[in-house]
Amino acid sequence: MSFQVSLGNDASAVANATKLKINGLNFFYGSFQGLRNISLDIPEKQVTAFIGPSGCGKSTLLRVLNRMYSLYPGQRAEGEVMFNGENILDPKYDLNALRGSVGMVFQKPTPFPMSIYDNIAFGVRLYEKLNKSDMDDRVEWALKKAALWTETKEKLNQSGLSLSGGQQQRLCIARGIAVKPEILLLDEPTSALDPISTARIEELVSELRTDYTIVIVTHNMQQAARVSQFTAYMYLGELIEFTPTAQIFVKPQDKRTEDYITGRFG
Amino acid sequence: MDATSTRTFARQDAIFARSTQFFAVLVLVTLLAIIISLIHGAWPTLTKVGPKFLVDGSWDPVRSLFGGLAPLWGTLITATIAMVIAVPVSFGIAIFLTEMCPPVLKRPLGTAVELLAAIPSIIYGMWGLFIFAPLFGEYVQPFLAATIGKLPFIGVLFQGPTIGIGVLTAGIILSVMVIPFTASVMRDVFETTPPILKESAYGLGATTWEVVWNVVLPYTKTGVVGGVMLGLGRALGETMAVTFVIGNAYNISLALFEPGNSIASSLANEFNEASDPLHMSALIALGLVLFLLTFCVLAASRWMLSSLAKREGKRT
Repeated sequence: MSFQVSLGNDASAVANATKLKINGLNFFYGSFQGLRNISLDIPEKQVTAFIGPSGCGKSTLLRVLNRMYSLYPGQRAEGEVMFNGENILDPKYDLNALRGSVGMVFQKPTPFPMSIYDNIAFGVRLYEKLNKSDMDDRVEWALKKAALWTETKEKLNQSGLSLSGGQQQRLCIARGIAVKPEILLLDEPTSALDPISTARIEELVSELRTDYTIVIVTHNMQQAARVSQFTAYMYLGELIEFTPTAQIFVKPQDKRTEDYITGRFG
Repeated sequence: MDATSTRTFARQDAIFARSTQFFAVLVLVTLLAIIISLIHGAWPTLTKVGPKFLVDGSWDPVRSLFGGLAPLWGTLITATIAMVIAVPVSFGIAIFLTEMCPPVLKRPLGTAVELLAAIPSIIYGMWGLFIFAPLFGEYVQPFLAATIGKLPFIGVLFQGPTIGIGVLTAGIILSVMVIPFTASVMRDVFETTPPILKESAYGLGATTWEVVWNVVLPYTKTGVVGGVMLGLGRALGETMAVTFVIGNAYNISLALFEPGNSIASSLANEFNEASDPLHMSALIALGLVLFLLTFCVLAASRWMLSSLAKREGKRT
């Protein structure tokens, strides 16, 4: 199944280049097939949301995009995910480089057990040798980008664990941005946060769209409607529908999508 | 009915609280009793020899000379050798078992490490004396003496008679005994690291080593230090295995092939023959020194952890 994106009234979405081209992707947990023949073009500098009921494979699909699954023996992907002209599923593809260009933020905030400053600098040091003042600038830049600078500039040497949950999640976003990736993967980034922190993260996602291609997994349909330009609905490991967000919630093309969106199940 | 049963519950809880409290206090009482009896037993030495006991290296029961430096030195040196070998090896074992081991091997290897800890120390002593020491003296020591032994500074450590019995042998046997304890504690605490935290670091492009060193180790440092201390405690106090291979000579030397002595093996060797009350008291004083040494090690590890916590920033 392949979906051509028909553009709605979202003018900014006109003439997007494709950032990631997923082609005939199958995914296996041992003998269980988690994803079935997924084909999907993720547009550049837009927010793409994956929605669907629990266990539908939306997180699995996200974890293919930075090959996180390859940490675990027994998990394997078949097919193609083209990124800048190369298939990232190719075992020869440099994982280190891939993860430098595809950042990830998780369901729960995961600050490293080190200072706020080092949390940001840690990832940067894996790729670049910066002197002290360049590193200071980079940390400041990333924290500003993640709307966390004013709250943390006085206490950069304190532990990242001293921040509140919402702040910790923004720290994780700053950490992801600091290595200057092209794509940000967000795996239910607000599921452990209160409504106010959630609103701030959503606002941040909308701002970051100007510079990054963002893919967000969410179980919250309102969130998908608020932050994304494109939405993919998945069910039982299959991609059912992929259209501009404005369209999917108003006029879903598939009966199963409609059932899910109108709350008949899921 | 209700009132009665409430009262019964309250009384049962009170009895339970009292009895657990009693057991906990018992630990404290035992500790105090041991300290008092050690000090009491060591008193003649403490008054007659005084602080010189810690810096005087001549131990000669026949002439009633009792200086504790030789066994103290031997204890410190053998424990240091043991930890220098055991800590990196245990760390490697624990990383492999938690991060890289194929699932099929995980259980057998983990069980093997734990079984190593179950071998009685007398077996290690016998194995060390009859198997390891002859081979070590025949092949390894001459090789070490001819290579590292020729280097400036560090070379002085690898000299002495190549007879297989000595301080280095004791340290190596100790390291084998310490590894299972330290490795299995490290493995257990490494496994407490949340997978999502490790994934965050892998997701930034870190290698396994970078994840372990920068994320897993800081996250589990209290447990790791605990594991190392458990091993060090065993290395300082181990008696039988060390007595078999250390050579039992009151000898203070930097050369690690020389025979030496440790506090625990001095005690094991001499208690039977100590008819002179001053001799007996000097042995008890050695015991007191060992006790204080262990206490200092524990205190130092606490101090190290709290200063680490300070350096990485306070948590509010």
